[in-house]
Amino acid sequence: MEEVADGLRAAGYLPGGTTALVAYLATKLDKPVLVEGPAGVGKTELAKALARYLGRRLVRLQCYEGLDEAKAMYEWNYRKQLLRIQTEADATGWQDVQDDIFGEEFLLQRPLMTAIASETPVVLLIDEIDKTDQEFEAMLLELLSDFQISIPELGLIEARTQPVVLLTSNNTRELTEALKRRCLYLWLDYPDLAHELEIVRLHSPELDEALARKLVEVVHQVRELDLKKPPSIAESIDWARALLLLGARDIDSATFAETMSVIVKHRTDLDTVAARVGVLLAKPSDASRPAA
Amino acid sequence: MPAGPPHNALQVGIPEREPGGFDGQLLAFAEDLRSEGMALGTSELLDAFAALDHVSWTERTPFKEALAATLAKSPEDRRVFELVFERFFFRAAEAEAARKEIGEGPTIHGGDQIDLEALRRQIAAALRDGADGAMRDLARLAIAAFARGEGSGVVGVDVQRIRRALGLRTEPQPDLPDGDPRRDGLPREQIRSFEAHLRRELERHAIERTRSLPPKRPLNELDRALPTGPVQDLAAVHRVVAQLKRRLATQGHELRGLKRHAHVDVRRTMRASLQTGGVPIDLKYRSIRPRRPEIFVLCDVSTSVTSASTFFLSVLHALHDSFRKLRSFVFIERISEVTEVLDRERDFRAASEAIGRDAGVADISGYTDYGRVWTEFLALIEDELHPRATVIVLGDARTNGRPPRDEVFALITAKAGRTFWLNPEPRLYWNYGDSVMAAYERHCTAFECWRTDQLEDFVKALTQPVVR
Repeated sequence: MEEVADGLRAAGYLPGGTTALVAYLATKLDKPVLVEGPAGVGKTELAKALARYLGRRLVRLQCYEGLDEAKAMYEWNYRKQLLRIQTEADATGWQDVQDDIFGEEFLLQRPLMTAIASETPVVLLIDEIDKTDQEFEAMLLELLSDFQISIPELGLIEARTQPVVLLTSNNTRELTEALKRRCLYLWLDYPDLAHELEIVRLHSPELDEALARKLVEVVHQVRELDLKKPPSIAESIDWARALLLLGARDIDSATFAETMSVIVKHRTDLDTVAARVGVLLAKPSDASRPAA
Repeated sequence: MPAGPPHNALQVGIPEREPGGFDGQLLAFAEDLRSEGMALGTSELLDAFAALDHVSWTERTPFKEALAATLAKSPEDRRVFELVFERFFFRAAEAEAARKEIGEGPTIHGGDQIDLEALRRQIAAALRDGADGAMRDLARLAIAAFARGEGSGVVGVDVQRIRRALGLRTEPQPDLPDGDPRRDGLPREQIRSFEAHLRRELERHAIERTRSLPPKRPLNELDRALPTGPVQDLAAVHRVVAQLKRRLATQGHELRGLKRHAHVDVRRTMRASLQTGGVPIDLKYRSIRPRRPEIFVLCDVSTSVTSASTFFLSVLHALHDSFRKLRSFVFIERISEVTEVLDRERDFRAASEAIGRDAGVADISGYTDYGRVWTEFLALIEDELHPRATVIVLGDARTNGRPPRDEVFALITAKAGRTFWLNPEPRLYWNYGDSVMAAYERHCTAFECWRTDQLEDFVKALTQPVVR
């Protein structure tokens, strides 16, 4: 387990205790992991880091409303099939042609199929599963429990290698029990102060430590407010980069007002944050003005 | 160990150990989780056992997290899991200790000689610095120092008494000398966690003293209830509603692919038949559209449902974004249409203020008068009600002794296609006191609605497509 935690850390991802444990269990038990949590806490990043750590290719399936199996699993390359039929001489019987055009040669592999059929083991990321409809979820069940896909014309395609599967969800819709039952569950939440500080420091090591601490503290304050979209870790990191670019040496009310839009992305939220957090910060002194 | 040696008198209070050793314990734990409403299948349990093969049991965190990852599959379940985990393993460990007659001894001796002032400061410092490791010992010390004798016998009372004696408060106490850690106030979570330690130690003493396990307290149902507090919980309300909004947006789409009951679309079929020389080979079907009905919402905003009406208003607000043909009304003694206010105000807080200011629904008493509301509503809207309309009433059906006039309500429901009633009270309280829910329930579909999942059930019923 420690190994996994260290590995993820080496891959540029700082896992919490639970995250490392669940990742470890996922590799040991060969079970898919369902990762839920607010937007921007590093759900997708976890999959990428896991792929880097395991030295595997990442196959990503981005879900959206209306996604169907032709785009997620496989599709018959009918143009090629047509060509095949046309080039075929009239003499060939129907049976031969049929056997021929429904072979693997005419199959277009989509992400799920790619992950299953790959010679080397991969990490399969099914991103934002909550965006799809329930039929799609049901279709995934066969894949997730047995790692196989049945194609009517070809028969069963079984996994050559065992992929590590991660599903992410923003919890916009209750997923079906059947899907949850097949997965390990990991809830990623906003990290605590120390952990987030570590993450920010990892992503922008040039930033002054005291400034980074202040930044994380302010972000935590902002998160306490009733906002439409509270800032996530991704926003903290962006803000740290912005401050670096501006060459700011301290977060005072002026700097905050200028760069606030990096972490708060709603007009009404901007007003709330300015009124509740901005005024608490120190007035700028000449020494701490941004150099730019 | 042979189960239940007969000479052991304390078997009265201590239950038998679960058969099957550790596996049995884990199954008992799962049973406990099920009794608190978590849906656990056998496959989850198998996963849990498989996961435990790979983690070390001697450390608490990996053990707990491995169980949580396999058993608790939503944030709500996770919360229940935490509570049940604490309760179950504390009880299991205590029962085992009592069976083997291992006691920790009657606290630390010489409670009288402890320097109380020093102890106060030490505990406060530990709380301020979040020194979790020392807390248990400090809790034991505090009990030794302040809870001499038997205590009141009620754990909660003792905990509060000790906390007061220690002077632990969240607010700053400026009259204390400089350097006292309590001067600037202590973090709330830390005090909570110290209280939890106190509670646990006190319970342990009680078990050792009485040699029996106290009855198991079921989790408070209200722990999982809808956020209903006034202003400070508004954020929580919003989160619930925001989720509801997104679900509303996707509701009703799942039936699109269903071909049953599909009607042939003659126009499109004819057009498609042109390709085949006018022979309609390809039948085109009319797609099933999600039901977006015309909705009339009536929301009670009187004081008897104050906490709930904040929530209802925000639900109303959410509904406004999702249904185009929606007219909303608020009522107490009279009824007033607020459709425009909700259309105009994008921000919920502003909307609820505007409603409070402009609606003018209260007369003199401020008590709900359902009878009058029905009459007014009917007069106002009678011509616009039709069988495709849906009426939703949000209220507790407490008439304050006034006539319910359910015959007028029946007229409304007869004119409208469907009528739903959302009641913020648990079903247990319906028809108790001045609630006349039964009179109205005859004419409509009633939902109790005080938890988020109940609200979701309602949304499902509302958006269910009706094939005409």
